[in-house]
Amino acid sequence: MFYDILVYGFIQSAALILMAFGFSLVYGVSRLPNFAHGAIYVFTGFIAWALFNTVGLPYWLSVLLSILASGGIGVLIYYVILRRVRGMEVSEVIATYAIGLVFLEGLRYAGFRGGTYTLPVASDGVSFIFDVPVDHQRVLLMILGFAMVALIWLLTKYTRMGRALKGMAQDERAAMMLGIDSDATAAVAVALGSMLAGVAALIIFPLGSLVVEEGYKVLIYAIAVCVVGGLGSWAGTVIAAFVLGYSQYMTVAYGKPHFQMVVMLLAIIATLIVRPSGFFGKQKQLEERV
Amino acid sequence: MSTHHTKEPILEIRSLSKHFGGVKAVDDVSLTVNRGDVVGIIGPNGSGKTTLINCITGFLKPTKGTVSFHGKDITGKKPHKIADMGINRTFQIMRPYFSMPAYKNLVIPLSSPRAKRVGGWRGGGKHGDRDTVAVDILEELGFERDSRVPYKMAGTLPTGYLKRLELGRCLALRPELIICDEVFSGLSASEISSLVPLIEKLNGQGITMIMIEHRLAELFRVANRVMALSYGEKVTEGEPDEVINHPKVREAYLGSEEDF
Amino acid sequence: MTTETTQKRRERIDRGIKVRSESLYALNSFEEIAYLLTPRVLLIAAFVLMPLILSPWPYWGRVGLSVCILALLSISFDFLANYVGLVSLGGAFFYGVGGYMAAVLNTELGLPPVLSIPVATLLGAGFCTLALLPCLPLRGIYFAIVTLMYPLLMTRIIEAFDILGGTEGFRGIDGFSGFFTEQYGLILAMFIALFGLRRFVNMDGGLVIRAVKDNDQSVRASGISVTRTKAKAVFLASLTGCFAGAYYIHMYSNVGISSFALDLSIMPIAATIIGGAGTLVGPVLGAAILVPLSEFLRDFGSLRIVVYALVLTGFVVFRSEGLMNYMTRKYQQVERWVKI
Repeated sequence: MFYDILVYGFIQSAALILMAFGFSLVYGVSRLPNFAHGAIYVFTGFIAWALFNTVGLPYWLSVLLSILASGGIGVLIYYVILRRVRGMEVSEVIATYAIGLVFLEGLRYAGFRGGTYTLPVASDGVSFIFDVPVDHQRVLLMILGFAMVALIWLLTKYTRMGRALKGMAQDERAAMMLGIDSDATAAVAVALGSMLAGVAALIIFPLGSLVVEEGYKVLIYAIAVCVVGGLGSWAGTVIAAFVLGYSQYMTVAYGKPHFQMVVMLLAIIATLIVRPSGFFGKQKQLEERV
Repeated sequence: MSTHHTKEPILEIRSLSKHFGGVKAVDDVSLTVNRGDVVGIIGPNGSGKTTLINCITGFLKPTKGTVSFHGKDITGKKPHKIADMGINRTFQIMRPYFSMPAYKNLVIPLSSPRAKRVGGWRGGGKHGDRDTVAVDILEELGFERDSRVPYKMAGTLPTGYLKRLELGRCLALRPELIICDEVFSGLSASEISSLVPLIEKLNGQGITMIMIEHRLAELFRVANRVMALSYGEKVTEGEPDEVINHPKVREAYLGSEEDF
Repeated sequence: MTTETTQKRRERIDRGIKVRSESLYALNSFEEIAYLLTPRVLLIAAFVLMPLILSPWPYWGRVGLSVCILALLSISFDFLANYVGLVSLGGAFFYGVGGYMAAVLNTELGLPPVLSIPVATLLGAGFCTLALLPCLPLRGIYFAIVTLMYPLLMTRIIEAFDILGGTEGFRGIDGFSGFFTEQYGLILAMFIALFGLRRFVNMDGGLVIRAVKDNDQSVRASGISVTRTKAKAVFLASLTGCFAGAYYIHMYSNVGISSFALDLSIMPIAATIIGGAGTLVGPVLGAAILVPLSEFLRDFGSLRIVVYALVLTGFVVFRSEGLMNYMTRKYQQVERWVKI
């Protein structure tokens, strides 16, 4: 039982990292709350499904194209919507949330509901970790979860674009004075964040079925992880994902699965009340309250 | 120049420190302000003057030390509680309500619990009267009553009027102690020379004042005691003449001697 | 400047009649009185006549009432967002709390609607204010996020602990005695909320609340507690929202977790932004547009939400002033292009 919790809690945490990292990245770099995050997550899943099943492309190509598509959607959302309301936080939230609704409810209207749509798993095999059986999709999830964090970290450290992103995150004005295009960088950030959401969808969806409701759930999970970890703090996001991942798995193991969401919602509310800058963030308190 | 020297301390600051991480913005500063005093606080930029004020008025919590008002410990109390006790401040970066007319800016402090309790303005606290009282106060501060100035949006007023509006907010609260954070800065010489008599008048009405200033010449016309800060520490304190001749103060202000 | 292109700028000038009717002299001529009163009279007349016109079609009567319900929720949102500076994404919280409170009062304690609605409004507003009290120091996006979570948490708690009727909710709640009671009760309440709040924001107490939005540091320096001021404002907003919820459940005789549904948080925002933020009347106008629209789209299921969301996004991004501010400008000012 102990190893069960250890392993599956770890998997749950890795899934949360995947779900939240894109949201955290976008907010961290350009201070843009992308509330369409969950919608992009679901939408990418459906694109992959449609390319694979309706168009009949090979699965690897469908995956690749759908991830590119999610990046494209991110760029579009930035240039059509976010750029015009940038700086007005509340408008950003409302506009991105509304666009997310358009995607999700549009899919629902188009008839995607219920448990009929599934994505194939990468492999059917099962491995044993500490004698706990884990299917290969979940192994992949763990590996990719951390690979992505490592990749983004390397990106920000060693590429020009990555350094521009990092510079923007620290001080937008100073970065602009050094010749970094604020719009382009923010668009890249939103695109990267959306692609991360897409990758997460393509790894996590095969474990269950494609449903529109996942979009709302993922958004709340992403917000929970980012708020508890400190909005915009990447290290905080990872730590918070573990705290929340394990506590979620514990509620499933010992209580009712119903409480999974309650845990997340309470975590958001409690964190914002007690320490709005998050438990692992390094942002100044003064920014969000006096 | 103030002539009240009853030596009744109303504000006592004892070894106050405020550290931001490793930076000692204010370090072990003590100061006693007596009733009727006009105390000037001088020092180069970054010497901790505004931080000190923020600690006194509750906008920041001091790391160490105490502040007491009328012998009552007020360290770390909430800003509105301290304002309610009669310590009122102006902001260096003026903070009017830009979307309201100038006189409505004063209706806010006139609606505060302190204004209702202490009252004393002609007309008192009833609704409708506050507008009149607000215009009265503005007139006292040099807003011409019959001009349109008191009724203009605060956002459209020039700096000189905004500074007066900051003072007006303090006056509306019937303060015992006004702390001015650089009221003279950013003003022209003629604007300053019209503000100086106003400060003297308020002091004459029995209001104790602490003034942070860079404009030493004007400050020394009104202040009866001066404290000099440098890097968060108190350099010296005393009569204006003593302070200005203190070698460390001269050193800190070297290069700006034309001010004296 | 030596460029050949002539530049133009749009100049706006107050109409003569607007300036004349600003002061007491407006009473000089009927034309000016009419100019001043027409918009108000039109609004009031529309709502007073609505039940009389719609009485042969009870279904559309209910739609008319839905306009009022949404208008109340939107007024509550507009007041909080644009007069206090607290953008709440959780309007459904007020609505649901009011609804459940009235349901319990009516079914468990047997209070008739005449009592259960006002009591639920007051108790509900008290509950909401207490629940939001710890969040009041939060600003901007942080307050928005936390309020978005409150109604979601309520549904999950009701589901998980199976309290307050669980997923089923309450049924068999008393309805109103007659069509016109139901209609005019709500319309009257909407007018009270609308004109009451409009008056309040211009009184000294309302001014203090607006000052908090403008500059809370100055309010603190004026010896006024910002948290207490915000709490008062939240209480007023939750009164409005809770009343809407309490009234609605008596209209339909049941309440369920759908009272905390997301639509109820999104629709008021859409109505406010479309109608014109910061006007309090705008939200009523927005509601009067959105509710009938949603009736026509009823057969299209979730396409309804897609249409709302698109319209909402369009307004947020391209026409953020909303209809009311646009119309006011056209009514009061002439525009022309001037060469510069």
